[in-house]
Amino acid sequence: MTALLEVDEVSKSFGGVQAVRELSFAVQGGEILGLIGPNGAGKSTLFNLINGVFTPELGRIRFRGIDITGKPPYRIARHGLSRTHQIVQPLTSMTVLENCTVGACFGRENLPLARAREVAREAAIVVGLEDRLRMPASQLTIAGKKRLELARALSAQPLLLLLDEVLAGLNPTEIEHMITVIRRIRERGIAIVIIEHLMQAIMTLSDRIIVLTSGEKLAEGLPSIVARDPRVIEAYLGDPALAAELHEASPA
Amino acid sequence: MLRRPFFWIIALVIAIFALAPAIGNDVQMRESLLLAAVYITLASNLNLMLGYAGYVNFGSIVFFGLGGYICVYFVSAQNWPLAAGMLAAGIAVSALAFLFGLGVLRLRGAFFALSTIGINEAVQAFVSNFEPWGGSSGIYLSAEVFQPLGGPGQALWIIYFLIVGVMGLSLFLSYAIKTSKVGLGLLAIGQNEDAAAILGVPTPFYKALAYSASAFLPAIVGGLYFFKSAFIQPSDAFDLSLSTEAMVITMLGGQGTVTGVALGAYLYEELRGFLLTSEAFSHFQLVIAGVLLLITVLFFPSGLMGWIYSRFPRTQRVLE
Repeated sequence: MTALLEVDEVSKSFGGVQAVRELSFAVQGGEILGLIGPNGAGKSTLFNLINGVFTPELGRIRFRGIDITGKPPYRIARHGLSRTHQIVQPLTSMTVLENCTVGACFGRENLPLARAREVAREAAIVVGLEDRLRMPASQLTIAGKKRLELARALSAQPLLLLLDEVLAGLNPTEIEHMITVIRRIRERGIAIVIIEHLMQAIMTLSDRIIVLTSGEKLAEGLPSIVARDPRVIEAYLGDPALAAELHEASPA
Repeated sequence: MLRRPFFWIIALVIAIFALAPAIGNDVQMRESLLLAAVYITLASNLNLMLGYAGYVNFGSIVFFGLGGYICVYFVSAQNWPLAAGMLAAGIAVSALAFLFGLGVLRLRGAFFALSTIGINEAVQAFVSNFEPWGGSSGIYLSAEVFQPLGGPGQALWIIYFLIVGVMGLSLFLSYAIKTSKVGLGLLAIGQNEDAAAILGVPTPFYKALAYSASAFLPAIVGGLYFFKSAFIQPSDAFDLSLSTEAMVITMLGGQGTVTGVALGAYLYEELRGFLLTSEAFSHFQLVIAGVLLLITVLFFPSGLMGWIYSRFPRTQRVLE
């Protein structure tokens, strides 16, 4: 069986900085893959390469067996790949429902307007925004905007969802709610790649973890194994207290 | 669509425009409403780019001027009937706009706005040196071209009704696009183009489509307008001040709304008419337009319609 997403020897640099270097990995249907690494490790760049915002200088990216390297973002979205942004990008003067309707209209199914509205409403319910459907996106709280990012991506009915720090900036209650939502999405059979700095959260959510540093893959494997890897502890966790926290979080 | 109240509001506006001057055979009212209809056409179509897709098209008058030239040329030099000339103008200008749009719409913000002025200037320079179109002295139509329409007197009425028809089509087009999937995509582009592309909106195609659509009816109205004048020359056809007026109208009325832009155009024409006839202010309209634009941008960024919506929230459900 071929993987849902295959990243094959991909490289990208900005000026003299090698942001991603000969990176390869695969995502299987239905799994949650955690992506961790220090700031500047190339995590967000990797997302931008996968969904077409940047074109890799070397290497190929295949989604559902189709080569999507260098295709524009709107084509890639049509194939069933959606994402959220680390810095939220709401369509500010449109309502929550309209934001999600855009996702549904132009997503994988390419739905007509009326049908798209139904799908959008459903997605908003999944993330818990059903009471704010008519509210302009600009009036949402930061937690609300993060949920909107997720609802909009979900409206596209994707096969793979790239989540870029959806938990950052949320309080503990909101984080708990968001984790429940992510689990709910996974139960629908949608594969997820998640970038996150909150160790406990990502260790419990992920089926597998990839550790990036300086654009290269440092380690890959089950959360419990990655967390005990001495190279990971040295390069990323550094701080022994964080390492200990991680040990506790990872299921033995 | 027939069930929506807004559809019937547009139909009513068209009926009033068509009947009001015809009933009393009021030529003066006809001329004033004709200009209002031209303004409504130009501003409504500009609104597709400015209000929906968020692209500032400063040179939108190029569609009007080029349409005028194509129609007048075919009617005078090739003896085409008016209907064929105006259709040719609409189709040719709209097709050109689509091709240009695919290229020039890669630019954003101020760069796009500047390039649209460049296009208008370049076309004007070309036409001024294009001998088949009379170069800088332009094309005169002989009185004979009005014969198939039953002579000059009747022709003016026919042209007026045609322009009102084009105005009506502009309003329906604005409304139809706004309530469609394409409209939703354009509004998303207007809010945040990068986010829209990531959500799957085919941004280059949609922008070129909007640019092309916004050229069609202004080109036809340009054809009718210059056919009526029986004279066209480059400095009238590609007059940037008319572009600016369309921009002021769109901002004043409320960019992105159908009603606001139409209302803005009508009020602007009334004001312009008043200023032209008052002795102290004749030819003062551009100064007033500038001041109006400043006041709108600074204090009422969502225009007249934004004010109406916030004052009477119920209107939002009916007036697009």
